[in-house]
Amino acid sequence: MDFDDEGSNFELKEIQTLSGHTDRVWSLAWNPATGTDDAQPVIASCSGDKTVRIWERSALTRSWDCKAVLEETHTRTVRSCTWSPSGKLLATASFDATTAIWENVGGDFQCVSTLEGHENEVKSVSWNASESLLATCSRDKTVWIWEVMPGNEFECASVLQGHTQDVKMIKWHPTMDILFSCSYDNTIKVWAEDDTGDWHCIQTIVSGHSSTVWAISFNAGGDKMVTCSDDLTLKVWEADIEGMRSGNNQVLWKHLSTLSGYHDRTIFSVHWSREGIIASGAADDAIRFFVESKDSVVDGPSYRLLLKKEKAHDMDVNVVQWSPGENRVMASASDDGTIKIWELATSSN
Amino acid sequence: MVSGLINANPVVYEKKERRQRPASIPDADEYSAEAIDQLEVFDHVRDIKDPEHPYSLEELKVISEDAIEVDDRRSYVSCFRVTFTPTVEHCSMATVIGLCLRVKLMRSLPSRYKVDIRVAPGTHATEAAVNKQLNDKERIAAALENPNLVDMVDECLAPSYA
Repeated sequence: MDFDDEGSNFELKEIQTLSGHTDRVWSLAWNPATGTDDAQPVIASCSGDKTVRIWERSALTRSWDCKAVLEETHTRTVRSCTWSPSGKLLATASFDATTAIWENVGGDFQCVSTLEGHENEVKSVSWNASESLLATCSRDKTVWIWEVMPGNEFECASVLQGHTQDVKMIKWHPTMDILFSCSYDNTIKVWAEDDTGDWHCIQTIVSGHSSTVWAISFNAGGDKMVTCSDDLTLKVWEADIEGMRSGNNQVLWKHLSTLSGYHDRTIFSVHWSREGIIASGAADDAIRFFVESKDSVVDGPSYRLLLKKEKAHDMDVNVVQWSPGENRVMASASDDGTIKIWELATSSN
Repeated sequence: MVSGLINANPVVYEKKERRQRPASIPDADEYSAEAIDQLEVFDHVRDIKDPEHPYSLEELKVISEDAIEVDDRRSYVSCFRVTFTPTVEHCSMATVIGLCLRVKLMRSLPSRYKVDIRVAPGTHATEAAVNKQLNDKERIAAALENPNLVDMVDECLAPSYA
């Protein structure tokens, strides 16, 4: 997609603000099975108020309403939430050191399993593409891999040590069973299974960011990833996807580009859209969009700022997530306790 | 009997004379155009009690008005940088003091203000580590869910609400 030809005028239109949480909203996730002709879009959000809220857009009014509040399960902040690829299960990670698994049983969300084991706050949870594995990470510096068994049973398959500090986020590769983690120790680690079924770290990116790495996101093709950090930069990395597909665990991720000078406060979230637009959410209340720049000549692709939306929220933006269904629709959430639905539109002059 | 305190004999300084300020409205409008200045920020924190001694951070010169800077480079976001000086280089109370500063300002300033807290350069053995913790809001949020820590902080903050 060539954004240079679309006329340089983009604007971020606010569609709706979703209020309800009584504390900061840390994260949100679009249900991947929704947002099509048959199923109205659904979002799960999680908060410092210890609850998870499920929001759905009405087919009739096109307006978002809160359909459910998942409370009285987590006893502390819920830090992150993510739907399984089929959209049937929701995993929520909490400062109470547990990860809860929820299932929509006839419109009612029930907690069907609770994963315990981490020594302290769980920061992030991620399902692999085939829904056979779940990963969690924590301030206890470990990454846990859980096997998804029949009957909503989860068995710990591996406890991965290696990070020297708080692990902020983990994310499975979009197509392969390779796990990525980023940490307060400024590194990104790549984990894979060997022939004997043991998981271990196959790469540590140590000379990348110079402060806490808060998030990771992959492009549609899975051959590039972008990371964001407290060091005020976004970094793009690439790997030989064919090599990875053929099972070569020696394939390394290499630094492709650094986007610096665009952010002056911590970047908490980054998300790469199907079309190739990188969205970032930062501690200056702004949302920014970047695309690959055609102007680059020498060392491969570089990226340029497409749009900066100042005061997207009244406080820090903690998460930005593109809709899996509709084109250029995005959701963000903030310390201000709200979630906002946006559309990135081209403004006609 | 050896004292368990980190710094058993702190130097206590005189408090700075307080300038008269016009009466402020307790529930200031969040979006009031009136900017908050260094002195107002200092007023919020000067009377915070040191975790170990019955003296305020001002009296121990842990915090001073000059150590509060306004960062007004950006029109759309208002920031303060607060620098504090622990009384001793190996002070393990540094993170507690930093947390007290953070909590007091969080409760006192309109939410649109960003606050960065750091120890004065060269005054602490693990400066970078302390600064990193004090400015990681996720770590701060988790710490503030620890009732014991919150009690300690509230005890230090009590004199500063007068």
